[in-house]
Amino acid sequence: MMHFRGQIRMALLEIRDLHVGVEDREIIRGLHLSVHAGEVHAIMGPNGSGKSTLSHVIAGKPGYEVTDGQILFKGEDLLEMEPDERAAKGVFLAFQYPVEIPGVTTMNFLRAALNARRKARNQQEFSTPAFLKRVREVAGSLNIPQDMIKRGVNVGFSGGEKKRNEILQMALFEPGLCILDEIDSGLDIDALRIVASGINALRSPERAMIVITHYRRLLEHIVPDIVHVMSKGRVMKSGGKELALELEACGYAQFEDAA
Amino acid sequence: MVALQETVERVKRIDVDQYRYGFETLIDSEKAPKGLSEETVKFISQKKNEPAWMLQWRLEAYRRWLTMTEPTWARVNYPKIDFQDIYYYAAPKPKKTVSSLDEIDPEILKTYEKLGIPLREVAMLEGIEPKVGEQDPAQRKIAVDAVFDSVSVATTFKAELKKAGVIFMPISEAIREHPELVQKYLGSVVPTSDNFYATLNSAVFSDGSFVYVPPGVRCPMELSTYFRINERNTGQFERTLIIADKGSYVSYLEGCTAPQRDENQLHAAVVELVALDDAEIKYSTVQNWYPGNSEGKGGIYNFVTKRGDCRGNHSKISWTQVETGSAITWKYPSCILRGDNSRGEFYSIAISNGFQQVDSGTKMIHLGKNTSSRIISKGIAAGKSQNTYRGLVTAHRKATGARNFTACDSLLIGDKCGAHTVPYIEAKNSSATFEHEATTSKISEDVLFYCVQRGLSQEEAVGLVVNGFVKQVLQRLPMEFAVEAQKLIAISLDGSVG
Repeated sequence: MMHFRGQIRMALLEIRDLHVGVEDREIIRGLHLSVHAGEVHAIMGPNGSGKSTLSHVIAGKPGYEVTDGQILFKGEDLLEMEPDERAAKGVFLAFQYPVEIPGVTTMNFLRAALNARRKARNQQEFSTPAFLKRVREVAGSLNIPQDMIKRGVNVGFSGGEKKRNEILQMALFEPGLCILDEIDSGLDIDALRIVASGINALRSPERAMIVITHYRRLLEHIVPDIVHVMSKGRVMKSGGKELALELEACGYAQFEDAA
Repeated sequence: MVALQETVERVKRIDVDQYRYGFETLIDSEKAPKGLSEETVKFISQKKNEPAWMLQWRLEAYRRWLTMTEPTWARVNYPKIDFQDIYYYAAPKPKKTVSSLDEIDPEILKTYEKLGIPLREVAMLEGIEPKVGEQDPAQRKIAVDAVFDSVSVATTFKAELKKAGVIFMPISEAIREHPELVQKYLGSVVPTSDNFYATLNSAVFSDGSFVYVPPGVRCPMELSTYFRINERNTGQFERTLIIADKGSYVSYLEGCTAPQRDENQLHAAVVELVALDDAEIKYSTVQNWYPGNSEGKGGIYNFVTKRGDCRGNHSKISWTQVETGSAITWKYPSCILRGDNSRGEFYSIAISNGFQQVDSGTKMIHLGKNTSSRIISKGIAAGKSQNTYRGLVTAHRKATGARNFTACDSLLIGDKCGAHTVPYIEAKNSSATFEHEATTSKISEDVLFYCVQRGLSQEEAVGLVVNGFVKQVLQRLPMEFAVEAQKLIAISLDGSVG
């Protein structure tokens, strides 16, 4: 048996021939994707192409039926894990529509989540002062005011505040894989800049990101290494960041025809 | 859907195994003959060494009760109760006069220890003198009266309370030692003719707590009573009477548990509160009677009449309740706002699971001028339970400037349970301002998924969301009990914590 030591790195996320259905309708139809540590992948595609479904299935959202295929994260089968186990392993999904949780302050929520993750990894719980300090630092870098952290999770937050709150969590939890589902939706240009710079600050050789978006605009701020075009539940084309430009010029129609 | 279903499944499985307080204490007890008759009433009165006026009072109640029929308007279903198949009095033996804790049956002390209730004052009495500048330890002290089946077994901190002039003792003792107070106030808020269960209680009540706070005194510690039903086929009929004289303040808490049994047991208590001018009473309940098993077998029938009378001007009565137990809850802690500028409050968390039925709420009766009331009710229904809020807010013709704010929120877990809101609002004068808000929501799958995606387990996620939902009420409880109640809520809804 041959070994290509040092030439082939194991992918951080490896998706093979994934088929996913919802109520007898197949949404993802034979999708392949390899994402390595340090890379930022953009997934673009028209509405209904299966982009959000893909992000949900990776994170383990209930209600989807995986009929075939595999999702490996650091070589482990993600589909065998509960969503909270996946989170503890380092899968983070920044939601397109973050939910509101009345009566639970953001601070308490962050602490509960962070400690649950640390417990799952047999790490000690954060001490309160260390935790507060860490939250303040990260919140400061994202222009998140202190009073926002003391309010109920996302309750009464503007669209931009909700998205910044997602990035705050992403920064605190230090995940290995960040999936950003239309993080640009509902953001004005200033909010987009803050969110994008928060995301860019988290780029690292150990971490991979999947950025899902309709628009090239976001990719001017978060420059991807690889761009995939998704249509009808499959990756139709992959390329460098210039693929996004091409898409803007010609639209998605050419890929849909090919499908 | 899968995750939510799992949660619902977990919640459904909750039954006897989850009820921590379901153990039985094996002690000898002395009971009245089964069934109810004038003889039973006389037996109880005699056991308590009561004066003649008290027996007379009971007998009148009994005779009236014979003419009454059970109320049927509540949204609860249960087989007809055979009132002749119940023991109306059970007392732990030996029944000597207990003058110190050492004379109490150690089994009973153990029971309270298991329940986490500190009857022994030892720990608190040793090394007590507070140093200058230190927080007074009295702030953390809680005086406890423990009622075991039909009798009060121990009351702590009596001496220290006496120094402040506060009377805190079993009502059976108060009837003998402070007849003038008892005669003046007993039945003055809940008359013997009030309702079927209150009348029954008036005839057969055996013990309960009595509190009197003299004018201008702020009660130096929290007072609390723990009720425990132990005997089989026994009803518990306790009677609590709290009087806050002019300008005084008292905070009182009651807790309730019972062993798990296949049969249903009746609990029909009466609580009367009287607040005179400028006085304030804060009454908190953590009710955790045995709720029955996963098939709906067994559990306590809780038919309780609680009412506070803001008799004086500028008086205030506040009810806070956390209801997690009982097969059936029928309970409407109310305030009569008689004094001008008086205020009534009702904060409630009612959790129902399994086959539990809750019909609970409050009445705010505005009689005085510029009276105000506030109702915050949080109902959580899970399993196959039914959870009803029933409330009445009324302003008398002369109650000018009456104000009420009501918010009733219901949270549903799963799709086999029900939440109902039945508010009655009456204003007989045009200057009353009544506001009513009500919401019903389902614990959403999206919220649960959001939480588990951040690393919380399903149970932690449900606990977090529910605790957020009830936070507004939980904050009203005294600190020690807020923590206890929070845990109780988690246990009531969480299948994996035993």
